[in-house]
Amino acid sequence: MDRFIYADNSATTKLDGDVLNAMMPYLTTEYGNASSLYSFASQSKIAIENAREQVAKAIGALPREIYFTAGGSESDNWAIKGIAKRMLKDGKNHIISTKFEHHAVLHTLDALKKEGFEITLLDVHSDGIVRVDELKAAIKDTTGLVTVMYANNEIGTIQPVAEIGKVCREAGVVFHTDAVQAVGNVAIDVETQCIDMLSMSGHKFHGPKGIGALYIRRGVLPANLIDGGAQEKGRRAGTENTAGIVGIGAAIEKAVATMDARNEKSKQIRDYIMNECLKIERSRVNGDRVNRLPGNVNMCFEGVEGESLLLMLDAKGICASSGSACTSGSLDPSHVLLSIGLKHEVAHGSLRLSFSDENTMEDAEYICSVLPPIIDRLRAMSPLWDRIMAEEKEN
Amino acid sequence: MYTQQVMDHFENPRNVGELQDANGVGEVGNAKCGDIMKMFLKIENGIIVDVRFKTYGCASAIATSSIATEMIKGQPIEDALKLSNKAVVEALGGLPPHKIHCSVLAEQAIKKALADYYTRQGVDPTPFVGKIDCDCDHCDSCAH
Repeated sequence: MDRFIYADNSATTKLDGDVLNAMMPYLTTEYGNASSLYSFASQSKIAIENAREQVAKAIGALPREIYFTAGGSESDNWAIKGIAKRMLKDGKNHIISTKFEHHAVLHTLDALKKEGFEITLLDVHSDGIVRVDELKAAIKDTTGLVTVMYANNEIGTIQPVAEIGKVCREAGVVFHTDAVQAVGNVAIDVETQCIDMLSMSGHKFHGPKGIGALYIRRGVLPANLIDGGAQEKGRRAGTENTAGIVGIGAAIEKAVATMDARNEKSKQIRDYIMNECLKIERSRVNGDRVNRLPGNVNMCFEGVEGESLLLMLDAKGICASSGSACTSGSLDPSHVLLSIGLKHEVAHGSLRLSFSDENTMEDAEYICSVLPPIIDRLRAMSPLWDRIMAEEKEN
Repeated sequence: MYTQQVMDHFENPRNVGELQDANGVGEVGNAKCGDIMKMFLKIENGIIVDVRFKTYGCASAIATSSIATEMIKGQPIEDALKLSNKAVVEALGGLPPHKIHCSVLAEQAIKKALADYYTRQGVDPTPFVGKIDCDCDHCDSCAH
């Protein structure tokens, strides 16, 4: 049988079977609108509140601090635009973030910049980690919001969230974190980490697509993004996606309960692949090797282009991703890889593999057996590789 | 995303490599943009008797180079000069809009190799080949 290895779990994950089972009644018989008064709808209401408790418990929050959204992008937009609108009333117009945020954050900040907000994007250095002292130095009287991602979606580096939270709390600045890649993979406690708002997305931890949540600390009041009915205490309108909400609740509960065992296995796979791939000439690991998501491998292979690499891996049954220009859908390679100081020509040759509990060490061994010949093949026809080799000879 | 023809030429590229006795060599593109194409031509009595290519780039860059070599091999110089990027795209059964520049690159690489041939013969290539935008000016869309 042909091999099939799904190694793109940072893009999305497979819906867990138990999660689907939990959702099924709400896709079939329990279709009542949770806002309705009659008893038939009460089960929907109960299920939603149960999921709210599951999500809250997973991050150390109170159920009333959890608001369901359509996904990570909506949560980021709501948190950032909502606080931006409110902080203007306090005479504040400065927002601090980082250079390598997800586009859901960066493009939201671009939109605010056009409206006159001042945006500071912190450097993330060659290891892909923001420096807390630089963040502290960037805070000024007009700063109303700090938004720093918990873990990067491409290179997997985990940020010093608790330290950032402490600095923000002391300065009286709202702290939002895009934790879309972190939830389910990293232990999170919004209380001890001083997080004011946190975005998550169900499909990143084996839940369904189209459902997310925003944690909003009690007392933090972002303006609404979606106005309408009285759902979510009047803060996020729209008939509840009951099945999705039940799904994200079941998924996060399972993810947190199994986290330690899964992470141990993922780290083994990750470290094996990084070590094996580093044996390939002119290769590098992108981002800090230790402070990174347990299932994230991100490497560059000089002289090859990412899209070609992905298509050749696809022919071998391996699903992966790259930050090359041709795969980013723009003319530049990934802003994340450029933010850690990679040259364009190196960033074009990037490969991201992201693993879940479904993956095995056999997968890792197979990937490491097919990858070197593919790179050899692409390099053999690459004039850039010839140039790199000629330069190496000269030096 | 890609046609069968593109995937075929990407997976089984024709005429890959270098020609030691090439008498016309041209390279276009740059590493920053993510694609470089190098064409090696062997020309005898005005006919392209052999051709090889080397390409660093995405699947469409490799596929356009490969099919372009097939389209000019055995042809007179005059015909190779007439090879348009449009013809390359048609031969591949189409390319996604944002990959059209790869076909322009293939056309330019051949023209540049032919210009090199003329220069080696002591002939000014400009009247035959015209001006070649060899770096990143080949596409308006590129910011570099």
